[in-house]
Amino acid sequence: MALLEAKKLGISFGGLRAVDDFNISIEKGALYGLIGPNGAGKTTVFNLLTGVYKPTEGIITLDGKDITGKKTIDINQAGIARTFQNIRLFKDLSVIDNVKVGLHNHMGYSIITGILRLPKYYKVEKKMTEEAMELLKVFGLEAEADTLADNLPYGKQRKLEIARALATKPKLLLLDEPAAGMNPNETQELMDTIRFVREHFDMTILLIEHDMKLVSGICEELTVLNFGRVLCQGKTSDVLNNPEVIKAYLGE
Amino acid sequence: MKKLSNKKMNKTFRDNLITYGMVIAAYVIMQILVSAGAVSSLIQGLLVPLCTYAILAVSLNLTVGILGELSLGHAGFMCIGAFTSAFFSKVMENTALPSGLRFFCALLIGALFAGIFGLLIGIPVLRLKGDYLAIVTLAFGEIIKNLVNILFVGLDENGFHISFTNTMDLNMSEDGQVIIKGAQGITGTPHDSNFTIGIVLLLVTLFIVLNLIHSRDGRAIMAIRDNTIAAESVGIHITKYKLMAFSISAALAGVAGVLYAHNLSTLTALPKNFGYNMSIMILVFVVLGGIGNIRGSIIASVILTLLPELLRGLNDYRMLIYSIVLIVMMLFNWAPKCIEWREKVAARFKSKKSVKKEAE
Amino acid sequence: MSFISYLINGISLGSVYALIALGYTMVYGIAKMLNFAHGDVIMVGAFITYTMCSTMGLSPVIGVLAAVVACTLLGMAIEKVAYKPLRKAASPLAVLITAIGVSYLLQNVALLIFGANAKAFTSVVSVPALKLADGQINITGETIVTILSCLVIMAGLMLFINKTKAGQAMLAVSEDKGAAQLMGINVDGTIALTFAIGSGLAAVAGVLLCSAYPSLTPYTGSMPGIKAFVAAVFGGIGSIPGALVGGILLGIIEIFGKAYISSQMADAIVFAVLIVVLLVKPAGLFGKNIQEKV
Repeated sequence: MALLEAKKLGISFGGLRAVDDFNISIEKGALYGLIGPNGAGKTTVFNLLTGVYKPTEGIITLDGKDITGKKTIDINQAGIARTFQNIRLFKDLSVIDNVKVGLHNHMGYSIITGILRLPKYYKVEKKMTEEAMELLKVFGLEAEADTLADNLPYGKQRKLEIARALATKPKLLLLDEPAAGMNPNETQELMDTIRFVREHFDMTILLIEHDMKLVSGICEELTVLNFGRVLCQGKTSDVLNNPEVIKAYLGE
Repeated sequence: MKKLSNKKMNKTFRDNLITYGMVIAAYVIMQILVSAGAVSSLIQGLLVPLCTYAILAVSLNLTVGILGELSLGHAGFMCIGAFTSAFFSKVMENTALPSGLRFFCALLIGALFAGIFGLLIGIPVLRLKGDYLAIVTLAFGEIIKNLVNILFVGLDENGFHISFTNTMDLNMSEDGQVIIKGAQGITGTPHDSNFTIGIVLLLVTLFIVLNLIHSRDGRAIMAIRDNTIAAESVGIHITKYKLMAFSISAALAGVAGVLYAHNLSTLTALPKNFGYNMSIMILVFVVLGGIGNIRGSIIASVILTLLPELLRGLNDYRMLIYSIVLIVMMLFNWAPKCIEWREKVAARFKSKKSVKKEAE
Repeated sequence: MSFISYLINGISLGSVYALIALGYTMVYGIAKMLNFAHGDVIMVGAFITYTMCSTMGLSPVIGVLAAVVACTLLGMAIEKVAYKPLRKAASPLAVLITAIGVSYLLQNVALLIFGANAKAFTSVVSVPALKLADGQINITGETIVTILSCLVIMAGLMLFINKTKAGQAMLAVSEDKGAAQLMGINVDGTIALTFAIGSGLAAVAGVLLCSAYPSLTPYTGSMPGIKAFVAAVFGGIGSIPGALVGGILLGIIEIFGKAYISSQMADAIVFAVLIVVLLVKPAGLFGKNIQEKV
């Protein structure tokens, strides 16, 4: 059975049909791409999957469980984590604290323990630090652990967002334009990182991207959205050679 | 790698120690000066209010700097703490309860009631955006002040009597005692607080706030402040943590109220002490000390309280100075152009320094 | 009969609130900020009229005009010096806290100039009172003028916004600052204009308020200002008809609360209305909900 399944998903804003009859099925371990021209509704799909918007119709299941219309935090706990197109870090927290916030629901102690500094506080904090450092190492951010997130260069901010999302131990990772604003070298490096994340964490990844080099380089399957509807779906090579898709991208 | 994080742990630990040490040092110096007779009675009378303001400023900084929401009703929470605790102490005054224990209970009661009100106000209000929260907390503070001013409570052998009109309306027996007398408030509260207790309470407040900030819950609160949507996406329960921070902040304001009430023989709710003016004054302390900077809040409350008293002529201009401090500090610290300019100046200063070093 | 008198008084007070609320609602709609100092601009307006008419003995018309001109300039100056630099600040609290500072600055400057004692404000209205139902209902000239000016100003403002280029620019800026800029609209100028109009209206409101309640202190503006903000929230912030309806309803609630419940609790009742409105309908009567874009 597929890890993520969405059937006949749709949402309207006022009179505008932003997403209509959207179906997707992502197998466990897949590296899946969601592409389409600007304004096609890609980010809206992410917002539907993560509960930022409630779909007007349709069903979403994760690992067989119905998560349609649930709240963002419940969906995160069910196993979906995401990054944002316009980076949303906790900018006045240090890099390592950003990751520790991601670990929030997996390691804990009561507020009393925290304020009174009972032994459990030190034990859990130590474990959190270790785990967070391990994640930072994956993304080459360990040297900047104590820097404020806001002071990181752009490319590293994107990486930190992925690290924070992974800290919530998701089953499915949604990346919203991870390569936006990166130069070709950084993009190349990012592709390696995404591949590594998939191997290392046994992760299923759905990503939105405009960079065709990245998409054709790492995605195995693609869905193309246009005007809120699925234009084409299937293996990357087939999709990218589809005349409809080429038309949608290049115009007539 | 481990070293790095250890270093960070040590740094916050050292920072906190400096804060505690600063308060203790100030206390010791003050005590020495007092016993040497070098402190005027005017200043001596300011010592407990100083501790009250410092506690208020630290607790408001938890709301403004750490939670990132603006509360203009902090004096209202202080008012609740003051009146509930003074009421308790007054009722218990002639019982066998030793005064130390009585004050401790009064403290818990003041903090608890203020915290509960914080929770009750927070549940509806924290869903709103910043500006609305400011105005609603302001409204709440004014409502509390108005309510206390028409509240009459008496005690006789039949128990408590409550009225919202006047003393006669209480219908008490001959030997009954009126405890809260409307606009005249509570008179004859036992004088249980002093400078030492004020400092201890300030240290406790610091301990709670600093340890909260550097814990898992504090990180969640600051994550919400920095980016609510992202915090939600990593599974942080927004309402829970907003309420937690807000009600702890309210409870600590209640503690300040307890300290304040037990330092005065007559407790009344005036615009001056529990009104909107007080909330703004505390906000000025927080802004001058730096939003989110706990140590700064304490330093700013001391400076801004003592300065107008020391420079006698300035007392008339106190509020004017406060308002100018508020505007100038906000523009200096937050205007993007000002920040840019400061960075430029800092960079030039640094480069000059390094040039000098090279020259040497 | 007293009920009708109370109602008319309520509408009159509400008209003043509505005029003040207009300033809040327009500024909030366009600059997305709560101008805390707005209430104190009312006080400044009233003091200028007081100085012109009572101290210097000039005619009320000149006094009112001077107040309007001075407050318009003051509003623009405040915006330029204190708010504009913070428009792009990282925290939305920055400009709000600064506005509180400006409010206090105005109050304390007035305190230094005029002192804390209440001044007896001479009414600028010379319209005779209207007696109805055999003298049982007495409508003062101030009441008549207040209600009429409020209605005329409202109508004028609606025409201005819907029919003039500058008014349309205001609407555009309140919808989307960035897009308005791209369309060639002078965003800074439009915001300054909004502050100018709001502050000018505040001066009128101040004069009317003090004509009806003739005791003037440096703190005169602060409470009516906060209440007018409640009225603006009540009607739906950003909406001009909302300010009118919210203002008048709030005025009626306040006068009825004073008359029938408790005069000391009238303010508390007004604030309780705010809390209830925000709980039940956070967007107000005429407002719309806005969600942050993800």
